[in-house]
Amino acid sequence: MSHEHPHHEDHSELGEMDLRVRALETVLSQKGYIDPAALDVLIETYQTKIGPRNGARVVAKAWADPAFAQWLERDATAAIASLGYSGRQGEHMVALFNTPQRHNLVVCTLCSCYPWPVLGLPPTWYKSAPYRARAVKDPRGVLADFGVTLPEATEIRVWDSTAEVRYLVIPERPAGTEGLSEEQLADLVTRDSMIGTGLARGSAA
Amino acid sequence: MTYTTHADLGGQPGYGPVLPEPEGELWHEAFEPKALALTLAMGATGSWNIDQSRAARETLPDYAQLTYYRIWLAALEKLMAERGQLQPDELAAGRMLHPPVPVKQVLAAAAVPAALARGSATERPASAAARFRVGDAVRTHIEIPDHHTRLPGYARGRRGVVERVHGVHVFADSNAQGLGEQPQWLYSVAFDASELWGADAQPGLKVAIDAWEPYLDADAGGRP
Repeated sequence: MSHEHPHHEDHSELGEMDLRVRALETVLSQKGYIDPAALDVLIETYQTKIGPRNGARVVAKAWADPAFAQWLERDATAAIASLGYSGRQGEHMVALFNTPQRHNLVVCTLCSCYPWPVLGLPPTWYKSAPYRARAVKDPRGVLADFGVTLPEATEIRVWDSTAEVRYLVIPERPAGTEGLSEEQLADLVTRDSMIGTGLARGSAA
Repeated sequence: MTYTTHADLGGQPGYGPVLPEPEGELWHEAFEPKALALTLAMGATGSWNIDQSRAARETLPDYAQLTYYRIWLAALEKLMAERGQLQPDELAAGRMLHPPVPVKQVLAAAAVPAALARGSATERPASAAARFRVGDAVRTHIEIPDHHTRLPGYARGRRGVVERVHGVHVFADSNAQGLGEQPQWLYSVAFDASELWGADAQPGLKVAIDAWEPYLDADAGGRP
């Protein structure tokens, strides 16, 4: 295969998958289906622009600004778009607010639906069979895998993303953070806390 | 039955621990960034819809053996092959051997940010009133359809309560079959864990799915 490739790199260190993807890119470019430069922009976007820091800013604002939190609860898509996050795999957003009484956890048992504009690309475990199989039946066991133990009285609510609605968990704000700026608050918000497999940094649990 | 999904994993036994992963760890193999980008760029040509692409992925015979980006790539090749856009000898040769089948649109690099920010909304105007309201007791259909569907196996034939009404959305079942969008009312339906898992239910657990109206009947027996 490498001899027929139009480029002239040494392919000796490339695996089967690298060659397959390279062949695909070449053929699809030659056929005019794709703009090769668009591939680089797509990769760059999800590496540097669209990731869980977006969601952390949403959560921090919800913690700091009660009016924004109410908007988020009423119309998450619009509230999140007001911060500049919208579009692909986040067209229809719902925010789930954790409380001392209820902990929310998000899964997609049928594939890997995930709110990309606010969380970026899903982590491997989110797409994995163990998470998808166990989250709806044994969420406390899954939480234990993440080192999280919730009080027995806490209701656990699992949301299986089976349609095009995408869910963002708003974790509880840790105690003792009253004086922090939104930027400092955002640093407490982990990706996992916005899926429900974690808590915000500094939370007591 | 001719349609078999290998992706309906909710509640399936025998799976081990979930392995957490640091936040910045995006890729695990060198080919993955391009696999992602090729999938998104070809999706943007409008040659298939998202439900057709999910159907292509979940019916891959070796789904359970593949990593996620391998699933994406295999489904991408399958979707293109079905449309005559790509032929196996071209993949082997690493170059075009057959004339292209024109695509509706090509995603230019400069158009990527706007295309991602726009996305593809699935909500549509309502043409009929919603059959259910928040608080209504419903029962999901028990039959297993012979096509792509988004009612998970663990939630078939179960009694739950409507918790949210999401508006009218493109119906995955018809869209995946190429039968058009046929938009339907979409609801969040919550089930008590005991309704899903019987004696194995964890205390205090409820599970919600998003279910289109055709998946649901009114539950004459009242609230579960």
